[in-house]
Amino acid sequence: MTRDMTQTDDRTPQTPGAIQGHAPADLAGMIACPRCDAVFRAIEPAPNQRAICTRCHHVLIAPRRRAGKRIIAVSMSVLILLVAASAYPFLSIATTGLSNSSSILDAALAFTSDGLLAALSFVLAGLIVFIPAARAVLSIYVLAPLVLDRDAFPGAPFAFRLSEHLRPWSMAEIFAIGCAVALIKVADLATVSFGPAFWMFALLVLLVVVQDNLACRYSIWKALGE
Amino acid sequence: MKSARQMGLVACQYCTRVWPGETKICGRCGHHIRSRDPVSLQKVWALWTVGMMCYIPANIYPMLATETLVSSQKNTIVGGALELGRHGAWGIAIVILVASVLIPVGKFMAIAALAFGVTSGSRLKPHTRQILHEIVEYVGRWSMIDVFVVAILSSLVQLGSVASIHPGRASLYFALSVFFTMLSAQAFDSRLIWDADAPPEPDGPPVKGFGPVSQITPDTTFDFPFSAGAATLTVASATERRAEPPFSDPQTRKDSPT
Ligand SMILES: [Zn+2]
Ligand SMILES: [Zn+2]
Repeated sequence: MTRDMTQTDDRTPQTPGAIQGHAPADLAGMIACPRCDAVFRAIEPAPNQRAICTRCHHVLIAPRRRAGKRIIAVSMSVLILLVAASAYPFLSIATTGLSNSSSILDAALAFTSDGLLAALSFVLAGLIVFIPAARAVLSIYVLAPLVLDRDAFPGAPFAFRLSEHLRPWSMAEIFAIGCAVALIKVADLATVSFGPAFWMFALLVLLVVVQDNLACRYSIWKALGE
Repeated sequence: MKSARQMGLVACQYCTRVWPGETKICGRCGHHIRSRDPVSLQKVWALWTVGMMCYIPANIYPMLATETLVSSQKNTIVGGALELGRHGAWGIAIVILVASVLIPVGKFMAIAALAFGVTSGSRLKPHTRQILHEIVEYVGRWSMIDVFVVAILSSLVQLGSVASIHPGRASLYFALSVFFTMLSAQAFDSRLIWDADAPPEPDGPPVKGFGPVSQITPDTTFDFPFSAGAATLTVASATERRAEPPFSDPQTRKDSPT
């Protein structure tokens, strides 16, 4: 393995001659599988068809009809739901005259009582609210000009790359399942009920799934251009 | 089928664009690109070790401290799940045990197996290892569920002397462990799995450059599982295809895609 890598490093300085003779346009029409490195000549499939790497079966291109408009619509709904869900309680608890309800920000900031755990509070707030919101804003920023057939906003490639970077760290849907687990866990301790924010979050989970299924990286990068 | 490395090219893993071998920054998305990261596996192991070191205190320290009128108890992850089981809530106990024990431990083993597979070969097929990596990347985040449950309970169950729940130190270590294993799985370059399968060309070293692209076109076909008719389309037949651009209606689009 190490030997192969050094070969790669060794031959890079020797290749420019061969590469300069090659039209860059040829490279622009090619696509490399990010998972297995196989190179293909890119053929854009029709909407709702998928181009799949023949070597590792990774989905390379999966365009959807009017994906841009639909992603923007979904992203706006995600933003509205996040803001609304942060304000309302998502679970409330009541027992023998005492009651308490908790909003998402309350939950994220539950660790602030302890110095060392306080850092975790801010991270959790990020994972549940701010990263999903940031991804929605970045998607709108990147796609709005493309849908309106204008030039991309400055920094759009960086914005899209950041949004892709944040994808695994957007954990709103995991939080929603956590709510259900917490409800069952304290059910014998007190009466627990879902607040309005829980149902908003359940809807949000569906929207995030839709958003991820609509987005085709290849089509967006191609539209963003060089 | 050839890999970008075999052709003397370098591929961007973000936007799938292919560049000449000496390119350092992707001209389309600005991502730093390199054919293979020579220290990729070292990064994987370093992050794996930190994740493992955080996972140990996560199981020793209490995850939750519950105070009620009659009792006060501190539970570790496993202890809390067993406690739930004793109360008859086996379903939820299993969810917690799967998310906090089975998934993290399985993830540590899977990442170690992937890294060992690259250095000393593996009996598993590359495709199997690829699926393993995808599962690790997908499932890893779900371990956070227990930290969220602790956060929800701690903010919700604040009923004065009747009942209150406070987060324990283990929640911090557990969250750190999830983060570092996620980073470790991300640092693993799945292209390394396939490299053993695709040694440099036997007929002449790839140092000569990648040659005319037509040489690679015969086996560069795409699968269209949902297309009616042909299962695979060759390059020639596909150039006539006109796909509707996904970002705008064709009639409003001024620049025609070439
Ligand atoms: Zn592939
Ligand atoms: Zn790129």
